[in-house]
Amino acid sequence: MARRILIDPVTRIEGHAKITIHLDDEGNVADARFHVVEFRGFEKFCEGRPLGEMPGITPRICGICPVSHLLASAKACDAILAVNIPPAAEKLRRLMNLGQIVQSHALSFFHLSAPDFLLGWETTPATRNVFGLVAANPELARAGIRLRQFGQELIEHLGGKKIHPAWAVPGGVREPLTEAGRDAIKGRLPEAFTTARLALKLFRDVLSKHSREIQVFGNFPTLFMGLANTDGTWEHYDGFLRFVDAGGNVIADGIEPAQYREAIGEAALPDSYLKAPYHKPLGYPDGIYRVGPLARLNVCQRMGTPEADAELERFRRFGRGAVTSSFLYHYARLIEIVCSLERIQELIDDPDLLSERLRANAGVNKLVGVGASEAPRGTLFHHYEVNEDGLITKVNMIIATGQNNLAMNRTVAQIARHYLPSGNGKITEPMLNRIEAGIRAFDPCLSCSTHASGRMGLEVSVLAANGTVLDAASVD
Amino acid sequence: MAAKTLTIDGQMVSAEEQQTVLEAARDAGIRIPTLCHQEGVMAIGACRLCLVEVAGITKLLPACVTKVQEGMDVKTNTERLQKYRRMILELLFAERNHVCAVCVSNGNCELQSLAMEHGMDHVRYDYRCPKCGVDLTHRLFGADDNRCVLCGRCMRVCWYIEGAGTKNVSGRGVNSSIINDLHQPWGAAESCTSCGKCVLSCPTGALFYQGATVGEMTRDRSKLEFIVTAREKKQWIA
Repeated sequence: MARRILIDPVTRIEGHAKITIHLDDEGNVADARFHVVEFRGFEKFCEGRPLGEMPGITPRICGICPVSHLLASAKACDAILAVNIPPAAEKLRRLMNLGQIVQSHALSFFHLSAPDFLLGWETTPATRNVFGLVAANPELARAGIRLRQFGQELIEHLGGKKIHPAWAVPGGVREPLTEAGRDAIKGRLPEAFTTARLALKLFRDVLSKHSREIQVFGNFPTLFMGLANTDGTWEHYDGFLRFVDAGGNVIADGIEPAQYREAIGEAALPDSYLKAPYHKPLGYPDGIYRVGPLARLNVCQRMGTPEADAELERFRRFGRGAVTSSFLYHYARLIEIVCSLERIQELIDDPDLLSERLRANAGVNKLVGVGASEAPRGTLFHHYEVNEDGLITKVNMIIATGQNNLAMNRTVAQIARHYLPSGNGKITEPMLNRIEAGIRAFDPCLSCSTHASGRMGLEVSVLAANGTVLDAASVD
Repeated sequence: MAAKTLTIDGQMVSAEEQQTVLEAARDAGIRIPTLCHQEGVMAIGACRLCLVEVAGITKLLPACVTKVQEGMDVKTNTERLQKYRRMILELLFAERNHVCAVCVSNGNCELQSLAMEHGMDHVRYDYRCPKCGVDLTHRLFGADDNRCVLCGRCMRVCWYIEGAGTKNVSGRGVNSSIINDLHQPWGAAESCTSCGKCVLSCPTGALFYQGATVGEMTRDRSKLEFIVTAREKKQWIA
């Protein structure tokens, strides 16, 4: 008899979700689904609002990566104003995005994921969390928390507050960096570097003990998409869309983000509020692609900074062409932290950051605008349409986690196939732990991806083909 | 002009005969909260936030339109008044769609400040969530009915300071709204001189400058008072 396993809610991710695992008559894993069960409707209720409010409204989608929405939104508005923003404003926006990447990646690594592989998969869930990490290794936990704080304070120095700064505006930004802010950021950079290097070393050390996780945590061929510079350098704010395949071959390149619809289709799923984007030329579901740190490192030729480039070399050894194991999202995230810190260091003494010429003023000059940037979790698109007065008539947002939807489904199925004891459909603790950790590798943000509010928690159920719950477990 | 002596919050106050309780209290350094009151234009007693208790009168009286009287004993901040003021504020928030976090006036809003001052940490009434329009047809200004509290300040400054008479009220009761000329888009209202006095007077984010983003609207309302004072005292006539 075919059966279904339900995991609900999923813990230590940003948002609320459940997982179902479908078993065939022999009790083997037939399929798996990652369901996002909330709905907020930002795309709908933004209709009718003045364009200038969008960079204020859309960051409210998320408290973890508000800066990503702020920047993508401001860029979509720039496109509608049809202006080139002042160079100083672009540098300042880049600086804030780097701070955002550091703080979000630090949160993902230290607070959410590190407890799994640093404390051990078999430790009790009651202590396998950031508090357990604090108890086991207080120095490391403190350093991780302070690394996140560094990124958040950088955001605060620019935007006036750590979360939801209304700082980037259509045509530029509101305020420059102050000299005091610059000095404060510079003062904390060395410590941030030390922590990032320590995390890299720790992760490299545990990698040798995790060859099975590397093998089964979402390790399969897919496409990868991200922004890259024309010269192939890692990019986070601007640039062009590039797709590579699992062999590392570039299959589409130089796509203007504004033309994203030519490259990306969106499939709506009946059992989730998360849409499933796919690469259009290959269709659904063959056009499955991944975004985020792993994808960005796969699409770029180089990071563009010495320390990150050296680490990228080591990272590439885990793949033939592209690195395909989703477990290595963690590695990619740490490399991006180092790269972001190096770029902050390069940028921080630029006198333009203190410039007062920051905002291009213009009215509505185009009726459609698309803004794209690399959010910590992957490429983020904001697409707005306005009437001639500048009132929003249509909003479409494509969010990183949504683009990883299909890959997350396959990751769950792959892990379940490996760890589910065949035949009885009973949920075991090791399976539960690893399925959650497999999802966590993507660092999904469900409040973003459904533009929905979220709680955390994991619930798992095993269901028969007729829908009867055979077993259920939950972790709060 | 004869002087009147009255008591406000136990303090003996001397006021001119034609003064209102609100003016007498302010001259004496006693603050009574207001929302629809705008220096320089006539008071209309619409918002009811300035209600005060007067000994011997069971009804509460709006301080902005109640003239001082000899021997009056006024209380401005009793528990009963605080209760009603908070209720009025909650009703104002429930009536339209006030979302401070993304409003152009966040941090510079009289309604928001009053709510904070009165400890309004939540609204006990169901939000009405009406569908209101946003008018961005004017070259310089925008109007968002979602944030309008119908204080009528924009209308009064338009009629009595600028003398243009563009802003009017249409409808009755809860269906009232501020309109331009004969209910036309603001950009098509021929009587509008684009002076911006209405935007200066607005206590919330209902009227704003085009392109303003979250929390960016600041207003120098003293300019309105300055114009009226200069006009009344003939300061511009050499």
